[in-house]
Amino acid sequence: MSEDATATAELKLPKDLAAEKGLVNVQIDGHWIQVPRGTRMIEAAKIAEKEIPHYCYHPKLSSPGNCRMCLVQMGMPPRPVPGEAPTFGDDGYQQIGWMPRPVIACANTVAENMGIRTTGELVESCREGVMEFLLINHPLDCPICDQAGECKLQEFSVQHGRGQSRFQETKIKKPKNVDIGKNIRLDDERCIMCSRCIRFMEEVAEEPVLGFSQRGTHTSVTVHPGRRLDNNYALNTADICPVGALTSNDFRFQMRVWFLKETKSIDLNCGTGCNTTIWTRANEVFRVTPRQNNDVNSDWMPDSHRLAFHHLESDARLTAPLIQKDGAHSSSTWTEAISKAAEGLNMRQPKEVAIIASARMSNEELYLAKKLADALGTDLISTVARKGDSDSKLISADRNPNSTGAALIFGNEDPSEKLDAIREGVSSGRIKALIVLQEDLLEEAGFDQSNLLGLEHLVSSHILANPTAAASKVVLPGAGFAEKRATYVNVTGRLQRAFQATLAPGDAREDWETLASLLSAVEKTFETPASVDGVIKALASEIPAFEGQSFGSIGDLGVQITETGVTIPLLEQEKARVESGLING
Amino acid sequence: MATIKVNRPKLSAGEKIYFGSIFKGMAITLRHAFKTLFGKSVGADELASSGMGITMQYPEQKWDEHLPEYYRGVPALVTDEQQRERCVSCQLCEFICPPKAIKIIPSEIPSDDEWAKVEKRPKKFEIDMIRCIYCGMCEEVCPEQAIYLRPDYIVTGTKRSDMVHDKERLYEIGGTRVGLVNKWNDLK
Ligand code: SF4
Ligand code: SF4
Ligand code: SF4
Ligand code: SF4
Ligand code: FES
Repeated sequence: MSEDATATAELKLPKDLAAEKGLVNVQIDGHWIQVPRGTRMIEAAKIAEKEIPHYCYHPKLSSPGNCRMCLVQMGMPPRPVPGEAPTFGDDGYQQIGWMPRPVIACANTVAENMGIRTTGELVESCREGVMEFLLINHPLDCPICDQAGECKLQEFSVQHGRGQSRFQETKIKKPKNVDIGKNIRLDDERCIMCSRCIRFMEEVAEEPVLGFSQRGTHTSVTVHPGRRLDNNYALNTADICPVGALTSNDFRFQMRVWFLKETKSIDLNCGTGCNTTIWTRANEVFRVTPRQNNDVNSDWMPDSHRLAFHHLESDARLTAPLIQKDGAHSSSTWTEAISKAAEGLNMRQPKEVAIIASARMSNEELYLAKKLADALGTDLISTVARKGDSDSKLISADRNPNSTGAALIFGNEDPSEKLDAIREGVSSGRIKALIVLQEDLLEEAGFDQSNLLGLEHLVSSHILANPTAAASKVVLPGAGFAEKRATYVNVTGRLQRAFQATLAPGDAREDWETLASLLSAVEKTFETPASVDGVIKALASEIPAFEGQSFGSIGDLGVQITETGVTIPLLEQEKARVESGLING
Repeated sequence: MATIKVNRPKLSAGEKIYFGSIFKGMAITLRHAFKTLFGKSVGADELASSGMGITMQYPEQKWDEHLPEYYRGVPALVTDEQQRERCVSCQLCEFICPPKAIKIIPSEIPSDDEWAKVEKRPKKFEIDMIRCIYCGMCEEVCPEQAIYLRPDYIVTGTKRSDMVHDKERLYEIGGTRVGLVNKWNDLK
């Protein structure tokens, strides 16, 4: 570096250095940091790891600034009189002139040389005042309220509240326990009028049925007369409601959140693969909530998908391997069931065997299913396509969670291509033995009862009892989505992982184990891996797209392993809102 | 750190030959032994002992009158004067209970119920008396004053399941408590 350049670098002020990168210098609680131009003060504080308590602000929604909880003290350099040059201190910053009045951090953006104080007498007395006003009419019946334990009002009241109420008058009565939609219950007394639910319904769900009515202390959230909050995204309002005003009909009063264990998982009801958290206690799933992933589902999730976990506790769950003898099923041991299943397969010609797998299966299961087909010498392996309509938000038209994974593993653009050939082979009697994995053939696959009864050997694996299981010679009970550790590839080509939250009931097993046992019974040289990680390892070494991947490398947010060109409509809509400056993102 | 020097106590000659203390102890024991031959020991009347010594003949005789007011016996649920359940199944006692003796399944009060306003009450409330250590934490934590440690202390059973008190049994032991509970009020 020449002497000249060094000299100019030394002369450059922090503001110029930051400006080159499109950043600005902000002082937060005495420390200077650089943040992108246009950042909200609340987000800048988050970067500096300072929490500014807030209620109405949500990064994915517009900021009306109506709760006033996020008040902070702000300072700017004094405006120079005309003709006067700004003066910079030894550290290269201008002196900050602190404003006597607080500002809200959620709707204001940062500026060069700005100072923010997130603590201090002014800020703390503001928070205490806001808390006191919020609690004036609040019922404070936390022992009954379902939000207790995850309530921002409780938390901030402990952190910033007074501890004692000075309010002597009678509290205002508002509607309680209002039935406003099939999944949601409203308690207006607990509402703190943050308007998050209203903005969500308007901006994200695009069905603005919620709004405020009345004025002043009588303000309450209401649903539009003649309408109901029946949108398929309504339960997200219960998630973002900072208090117990909106609660989920399905979850309320079932269990206190502090007893629940959180397990990171993904939703398997469609190809989007929304990131989720499964909340369990002991071996029971209590609720499923969306988990933030800005490349998949943002912060949201459709109601129909989050409530779909109830099939796990169905009475129709298969809990032991079954063998059919003289038309009736009786439970058996795994060893017996596997050898029975393998026996019927080994005696056939390769041409007489086919496998119908499911694109609901994980990558590991599909990989082993493919290996099983290879071991049996058949190339008749197919999944079942499951198409619906996209809702132009999160629900994908592809209702299978792992079609992309199946395509990669089978090495076939359309993994369900051979289904017609198999169906035709079964009805003509050419195929004598069929393995069915996690599919009921009488549904989407288009088989009929006579096809199934015509088979000499039918082995199937299911979670719930169904007509295919009833017609099977051997039924192998499987594990549900919360009961196994597995990976899936979503419609956009993102490899994601799901952890195990509960154990499968009774003798039911994770399907990779079942497939591995079948495989070793058919092919004696096959070495059963010790855990599902061994299967991922084999898969990663064989299929190029999965190269180098392991459970650990995927991370909580997944990795893009292939580009399918598919986009998720809700994310596109959100991107447009970020670009137009409506939301922070 | 400062060093503190501790001096050994100076023993007299009599104390140095330790037989003295042994005889002293024997004398006390013997004195009580003789006393029981001629009458009851000190405190025996107070404890209603049957024999000559201080031993109480349980279960024919019981402590009951001697229990202090703060005695902590079995935990039980109470109702208010109008037989309404005070417990709202907030599950705080279940959380605080050190040996995890309490098991609660909450439920919603149906909207046509007279007390639908309260919204919540326990569907199931069980205290496993094999686990309970009578610590009183549940009573202390309860925000609705619904659970109290009663003076009862006899919990017997021939099976493990006999030792689990269900909701019905808990209310039976607990009985009624008088006092204002805010949650029934319409205005707060
Ligand atoms: S909303 Fe929060 S503060 Fe209000 S009653 Fe419910 S838990 Fe308590
Ligand atoms: S119901 Fe909840 S989200 Fe909606 S305004 Fe009230 S507090 Fe906010
Ligand atoms: S703490 Fe009190 S109100 Fe809460 S569940 Fe226990 S007994 Fe019921
Ligand atoms: S007294 Fe202690 S151990 Fe017994 S139930 Fe109450 S909290 Fe649990
Ligand atoms: S979060 Fe800023 S005003 Fe509500």
